[in-house]
Amino acid sequence: MSTTAEMLLTVEHLTMRFGGLVAIDDLSFEARNREITSIIGPNGAGKTTVFNCLTGFYKPTVGRLILNHPKSGNTYFLERMEGFKVAQVAHVGRTFQNIRLFGQMSVLENLIVAQHNVLMKASKFSIAGLLRLPVYMRAEREAIDLATYWMDKVGLTDKADWDSQNLPYGDQRRLEIARAMCTRPVMLCLDEPAAGLNPRESLELNDLLVSIRDDHGIGLLLIEHDMSVVMGISDHIVVLDHGRKIADGDPAAVREDPAVIKAYLGEEEDEELPPEVAQDLATSGTGGKP
Amino acid sequence: MAYFIQQLINGLTLGAIYGLIAIGYTMVYGIIGMINFAHGEIYMIGAFLAIISYLVFGDMGIVSIPILLMGMLVISMIFTAAYGWTVERLAYRPLRGSFRLAPLISAIGMSIALQNYVQISQGARVKPIQPVVQGGFQLFTQGGFAVQITYLQIVIWVLTTALMVGFTYLITQTSLGRQQRACEQDRKMASLIGVNVDRTISLTFVLGAALAAVAGLITTLYYGVIDFYVGFLAGMKAFTAAVLGGIGSLPGAMLGGLMIGLIEAFWSAYFTIEYKDVATFGILVLVLIFKPTGFLGKPEVEKV
Amino acid sequence: MADTVIDTKKPGLMVGWLDLGAMLKECVITALLSAVLFLPFIALHADTGGSGGLVIETRWDSWAWFVLAAFVGRALLVVWRENPSSRTRDMLAKTVVTPVGGFFRKNMVAIGLVALVLAVLFPISPFGNRYSVDVATTWMIYIMLGWGLNIVVGLAGLLDLGYVAFYAVGAYSYALLSQTFGWSFWVCLPLAGVFAAFFGVILGFPVLRLRGDYLAIVTLGFGEIIRVILLNWYNVTNGPDGISGIERPTLFGLEFGRNAAEGGTTFHDFFGLEYSTMYRVVFLFYLILALAVLTNLFTQRIRKLPVGRAWEALREDEIACRSLGMNPTNIKLSAFALGAMFGGFAGSFFATRQGFISPESFTFIESAVILAIVVLGGMGSQIGVVIAAFFLIVLPEMAREFEQYRMLVFGAAMVAVMVWRPRGLLSYRDPTILFSKITGRKSTGREHQA
Repeated sequence: MSTTAEMLLTVEHLTMRFGGLVAIDDLSFEARNREITSIIGPNGAGKTTVFNCLTGFYKPTVGRLILNHPKSGNTYFLERMEGFKVAQVAHVGRTFQNIRLFGQMSVLENLIVAQHNVLMKASKFSIAGLLRLPVYMRAEREAIDLATYWMDKVGLTDKADWDSQNLPYGDQRRLEIARAMCTRPVMLCLDEPAAGLNPRESLELNDLLVSIRDDHGIGLLLIEHDMSVVMGISDHIVVLDHGRKIADGDPAAVREDPAVIKAYLGEEEDEELPPEVAQDLATSGTGGKP
Repeated sequence: MAYFIQQLINGLTLGAIYGLIAIGYTMVYGIIGMINFAHGEIYMIGAFLAIISYLVFGDMGIVSIPILLMGMLVISMIFTAAYGWTVERLAYRPLRGSFRLAPLISAIGMSIALQNYVQISQGARVKPIQPVVQGGFQLFTQGGFAVQITYLQIVIWVLTTALMVGFTYLITQTSLGRQQRACEQDRKMASLIGVNVDRTISLTFVLGAALAAVAGLITTLYYGVIDFYVGFLAGMKAFTAAVLGGIGSLPGAMLGGLMIGLIEAFWSAYFTIEYKDVATFGILVLVLIFKPTGFLGKPEVEKV
Repeated sequence: MADTVIDTKKPGLMVGWLDLGAMLKECVITALLSAVLFLPFIALHADTGGSGGLVIETRWDSWAWFVLAAFVGRALLVVWRENPSSRTRDMLAKTVVTPVGGFFRKNMVAIGLVALVLAVLFPISPFGNRYSVDVATTWMIYIMLGWGLNIVVGLAGLLDLGYVAFYAVGAYSYALLSQTFGWSFWVCLPLAGVFAAFFGVILGFPVLRLRGDYLAIVTLGFGEIIRVILLNWYNVTNGPDGISGIERPTLFGLEFGRNAAEGGTTFHDFFGLEYSTMYRVVFLFYLILALAVLTNLFTQRIRKLPVGRAWEALREDEIACRSLGMNPTNIKLSAFALGAMFGGFAGSFFATRQGFISPESFTFIESAVILAIVVLGGMGSQIGVVIAAFFLIVLPEMAREFEQYRMLVFGAAMVAVMVWRPRGLLSYRDPTILFSKITGRKSTGREHQA
C-alpha cells in the first residue's frame, strides 16, 4: 500500500445557477484517495448542491468534475454522465441529508438492493434467478455476505429483519452509510451524517468513517456541521460561503483562517459596507486560493 | 380562408371552456401538488346544474333571457362550489401527507363515484335543452361560405374575459390571493405566519369548482345537450391544456385552453374527426416528454 | 382522542363521555350541507317528459331520507370517534382484525394451497353447475388481471390507469393471429402476451420518466387511445362490430364442440362421453386457473429476485435508487412490460372464452375495476386481490338488481379505503429474505420492532 494518496476527484470551475440564483460560483478543489475531505460552510453556502452536481442529480451550468477511478485507472467526467451512471459506472456513492431508506423494506433488503447491478448481471435477465441456477445462487450468497459484513460493522445485525422505517434515527443514519458502501464505491459522499446524533453516536460515527477510509482505502467527501466530527477526522477541509470557496487546507490552517472566522461569526463592519465591497473583502481574504 | 376563420371562431369558444376547467387543475396542482382527477366530474356537475336550474326557472315562469342566464350562472356556481368543497374535505384533506399514491387513488374513486351518482340520480340518457340564446350575425361571405359569430359566442367570450380579469385581480391583489400564493410556496411556513392553510386550500377548490361550473354552463348553452359522461373527456383535455400552458400557471391554463380548443377545431375541420381526441392526447404526451414545464410554467427543481 | 384533548371550553350537555351539544352541532352542519348538495340531484330530477323535452320532477321524500341518512351517519361517526373506552374498536381489533390478520400472515402458503385445492375440486363438486363455474371463471380472470396489475401498482408503485389497454391488445392479437394465420390457442397465447409486453415497452418508454401523477393520466389516455383506434381502424379490427368466431382452445388437440373440425377429434368422442357444453366451461375454468396460478407463482418468485426488489425499492424511493446506480427507467419498464404481459394473457383467454370481442369490453371502467381490486385488496397483497375480486366481481354478479350501484360503491369504497388504510385493506408485506432464516444467526425478530 502506498502512503502517498493519489488524486481522486478534481473539481474545476464548478458553477451552478438556478434561474437568477447562483448557488455555486466558480468552485475548484481537489479530493484525494484515502483521505476525508470535508466541505463546510454556513447554511445556504451550496454544499449540498455540490454533492448533487457530483452525484449526477444536477447538471452543472459550467465546470468539470473529473474522477480518477483508482481501481480501473479510468477517468470519468461526472458532469457528462446520466444520473444513475455516476454511481453505476464511476462508483460514487452517497447518503442524503434527509435520510432516504427504503422504508418498508428490511435492513438486509436495503443492503441487498444496493448490490442490484451485480446481482442483476448474475441473474441474466432474471432467467438464471427464476430457475435458481448456481451462478445466481452464488452471487446472492456473496451479496448476503457483503451485507452481513456491513451489518456487523455498523452494529445492525441484531435488527437485520426489521423494517428500516422502524429503526431508531441513529441506526437509520448508519444503515444508509452501510447501504452506500454495499455498492463498493471508490468515493463516498456523506451529507451531514452526524445530524441528529447524540455525542456518543457521533464518536462512533467518527470511528466508522476513519475505518472506511483506512480499511477500505476509499476517499470520503463529507458535508458536516458538527465541528467535532469535521476537525477530528478530516484530512482536508474546503470552506464555502455563498457558493464560493473562501478557504481550503488542513484543519489547523482552516481553523485559523480569518475569512472562515468571518463567515461563521460575522464582522460588525459588514453591516455598514455595501454588499459588493463586503464580498470583495471576503474574496481578498482567502489567501489560500491557488 | 372563410372556413379557416369560422374554425378559429369555433376554436376560441371551445378554448374558453377548456381554459376555465384548466384553471381548476392548475390551481389545485399549484397549492397541493396533486392532479384532481375528479375535477372533470365537477365540471359535469356544473353542466347538470345549469340544465336543472334552467328547467326550474322555466317552471317559475322566468322568460327574460338575461335574468335566466344570470340565475343559471349563480345557481350552478354556488352548488358546484359546494361540491368542490365537499370533495376536498372528504377525499383529499384526510390524506395530506399520506402514502404517495393515496390521494391519486382517492381522486379516481371520487371521480367514479360522482359520475355514477349523477348517472343514477339523473338518468343515463342525454339531456337536451332548447337553445337559450339564439341568432348571430354574419361577418362576411366568401365563395358562398358565410362566416358567422353567434350572440352566444359573444356572450361566452365576454363572460370568460370578465371572469379571467376578476380572477386575476383576486389572485394578485387580494389577501386571499396572497395567502394562496404563500401556501403554494411553502405550506408549513405559511401556517406559521398565521395563514389558515386548510381554509385556503378549501377556497382553492371552491374557486376552481365555480369556474368549472361556468364552463359547464357554457357547454350546456353552446351544445344544448349533455350527459353524465361529459366530464371524462373534457377533464382530460382541460388537463392537457393546463400542462401545455405550464401546470401551476394561471395565464398558462387559459393559453393552453385556447390552444387545445383551436387544435381540436382545426383537427376536426381538416383531418379526421374520429381521431380528434387522440390528437389532443398525443399533444399531452409530446409536451410531457419534450417540455414538461409547458409554455409558461416554472422549471421544477428536483428536491434531493 | 377525546380523553387526551384538553378542552378549555365548558362542555355542553354531557351524556356520559359524549358531548351531545357538540355532536348535535356537527350533525346539523352535515345535514345542512347534504341538504344543499342533494337538493339539485336528489330532490330534483331532469326527466324526459312526454313531449320529448325535459321536465323537472321532484322527489322530496328521497331528499329527506338522504339528509336524514347524512345526519345519522355523522352521529354514528362521532360516537365511534369519541368513545373513550373505544370498547367496540378494541373488541374488533382483539377478536377479529389481529387474529385474522395474524392467521393469514402465518399460514399464507397453507391458505393458498387449500384455496387451490378447493378451486380444483370446485367444478366437480355439487356446487359446480354451469352458472357457478362460469362466474368462477370470470372471478379468476379478474384475479389474474389484479395480480398482473399488482406488479405495476403494488410492487413498482406506478399508477397505471390504462391497464385495460394491454388486456385489449392481448385479446385482439389473439383473435387476429388466430384468424389470420389459423394458429392454435397454444401458439397464439404466448404471442399475445409478448405483443402486450411489447406494447407496454413502446408506451412506457417515453412516459415512464414522468412523475407519478403524470404517468397516471398518460396511461389513462393510452387506454382511451387504444379503444378509439380499435373503434375506427375498420380494416383490421372491424370497428365497433368487433371480431367474432374466434377459435376455441383445444386440449392437446381435442376440441370441445359438438362436432370436430375436419381431421380433428372431439373431447367427448375421445373419452367416449355424452356431448355436453359443460366440458368446455369446466375446461375454460381449469385453463384460467392454471394461468392465474402461473401468474401468482411467477410474481412470488420474481419478487425475491433483484428485479423484484428493485421494483419495491423504486416504489419506496426513486432518488435513493438512482444514488445506488440503479436505472429507474429500465426497472419501471420491466414492471410495466411484465404487468402488460399478464394482462395480455388474460386478454387472449377472454377472447377465446367469449369467441367474440369488441371495443365495448375495453373501456376505462374495466381499468377502474381492476385498479379497485388491487387497491382495496391491499397493494402488493396476493390474497387481498382474491378477496377484493370476490367482492367486486362475484357479489355484483350474484346481485344483478344492484348492478347500477356497483360503480358508485366502488368509487366510494376507494375513497374510504384510502382515507382509512391508504395501503389497502389487507396490505401486509413479507420481507423477501429473512436473515434469521438463512443464517440461523440470532437476530431480534421482526415482532420486536419499535
